[in-house]
Amino acid sequence: MSAVMAHDSLRDTTSPARKVRDRIFLGALWLATLIALLTLIVLVFTTYVDAQGKLNLDLLRNFPSPFPEDAGIQSALFGSLWVVLTSGLLSLFFAIGSAIYLEEFANPNSRVQRLITLNIQTLAGVPSIVYGVLGLAFVVRGPLGWGFTVGSASVVLTMMVLPMMIVASREALKAVPPSLREGAYALGATKWQAISKQVLPAATGGIATGSILGVSRALGESAPLILLGALAYVSSNPTGFDSDYTVLPLLIFKYATEAQEEFRAVGAAAIIVLLILLIALNLLAIVVRDKTRKSW
Amino acid sequence: MSVTETEVASLQPSGRKLRQQRFERVVVVLLAVIAASGVLVTTGVVFALVGPTVDFFREVRIGEFLGSTRWYPLYEPPEFGVWPLVVGTFFIMLIAVIIAVPGGLGIAFFLSEYASPRVRRVLKPLLEILAGIPTVVFGFFALYFISPNVAAKVWPIGEVGFYSGLAAGITVGLMILPMMTTLAEDAMAAVPRALVDGAYALGATKREVCTGVIFQAGLSGIIAAAVIAMSRAIGETTIVLLAAGSDAVFTFNPGNPMQTMASFIGFAGLGDQPVDSTGYRTIFAVGSLLFLITFGLNVLSRRIVNRFREAYE
Repeated sequence: MSAVMAHDSLRDTTSPARKVRDRIFLGALWLATLIALLTLIVLVFTTYVDAQGKLNLDLLRNFPSPFPEDAGIQSALFGSLWVVLTSGLLSLFFAIGSAIYLEEFANPNSRVQRLITLNIQTLAGVPSIVYGVLGLAFVVRGPLGWGFTVGSASVVLTMMVLPMMIVASREALKAVPPSLREGAYALGATKWQAISKQVLPAATGGIATGSILGVSRALGESAPLILLGALAYVSSNPTGFDSDYTVLPLLIFKYATEAQEEFRAVGAAAIIVLLILLIALNLLAIVVRDKTRKSW
Repeated sequence: MSVTETEVASLQPSGRKLRQQRFERVVVVLLAVIAASGVLVTTGVVFALVGPTVDFFREVRIGEFLGSTRWYPLYEPPEFGVWPLVVGTFFIMLIAVIIAVPGGLGIAFFLSEYASPRVRRVLKPLLEILAGIPTVVFGFFALYFISPNVAAKVWPIGEVGFYSGLAAGITVGLMILPMMTTLAEDAMAAVPRALVDGAYALGATKREVCTGVIFQAGLSGIIAAAVIAMSRAIGETTIVLLAAGSDAVFTFNPGNPMQTMASFIGFAGLGDQPVDSTGYRTIFAVGSLLFLITFGLNVLSRRIVNRFREAYE
């Protein structure tokens, strides 16, 4: 008797109407998830199909050109490498410096600290095209007057990725346990010795992961560089900061706006190259994250 | 006696120690300078925009800027009614948000309450890849896939051209979908597990927990996330420039080409505007407007989080 009662009380008493609503809700969630997945799959697949016939070494070897049959991406590939590497190094320097000051030296309740933190938050929300406008006024013309060069592009991209990289570096420093610092102090280390010999090495993994993600954002960015003169068929690789340049995203943009249908394949092939570079960077970030993961 | 003297001597900082202290003071100053450069850049943004914007409004009456519906600043004679850009920006943002906000919420609910750890392990990296796809790639996708195969098929009123606000809006929505998902997930993770478990203990189904507990308790974070998504959609340049055309048509039908504030700046940048021309200054006037709007939205989002957060525990 009691067994039957227990069995009874465990029976699913959810009313049919509730069950139907639950099903519909779950269906909607699946739909949302599928839309995201389908976007990724269809995007990669259609681009790959479009790129057929152009995915070969000639694509890498040839220079950009207004004639689709011999249009390639060489100068854009080197331009992207130049701009991304230089802006990556510059922003890494500023990000680590700012993060160390804000996390290790500044008084967290001081006005300066709060002002800087607020500014970083504000900068992170500025649309990238506005950085282009700033770069046009300050770097390309105006006070610096560098013109449409590799140097201008790296400075502007540095400003753009800096907020995100500062946040990532601060998180990495925050994750280092205080006991590591205290241990160094107990052995007679000064503050800077503790930071440079103990805290920074322990935070390397987090900082590196954040920087790689910042670099991959710079690699894919197009909007500000439209204003900085990257939208051109450049037929030589950059040789220094004062060279003319173009970058992969902007070359894709240019090929996409050409009227001739043949450019669709060139643009798609350039996209495949860009996506391979980005995925390689992301894999690198994952490897670094796993290799340097520590548990304290 | 002599023992005490040596002890005193050893308490004096050595020369090496003094040098180290001096070095450290320099390091702190250097680091402070580096950190302050962030502030300088913000000030730079504002100042770079203010000067030419003021010059712009010396040439163009505010009445024309806000009163006219014709935007042809780079034509001869130029016309400076900003409304086509504002309306275009609003419609493309609206379409994007209609896709990204419910979509992102749905995926976040799915990940937090329904998905098994294995499904999560597959889904999360795929969403990260989607989030990392450059906007120019989405623009290309909008032009060659979304515009002919999606936008042209789903729009109930009238024809959808090769360039349309609709194709741009749909693509921008898909682009910000992963970001909205992550922000919504963060908002949901802030809801205490005890609340959720309590609801399950009272016999609530997963749907009821999602809509009745997690959504309600995480609402401030979710609204803040939606505001950030709006700000991202408003600032998007490349997708709109590629997919919505380069004519600032004053229209309320997203099937037509449209221009947004951001895509106008990009469009003006395609041609080389001479420094002292009105066209050059127009870039800054529109840039100021765009900066003010996105800045306002970001401040609003932070206010919402701080003001309406339900503090548990």
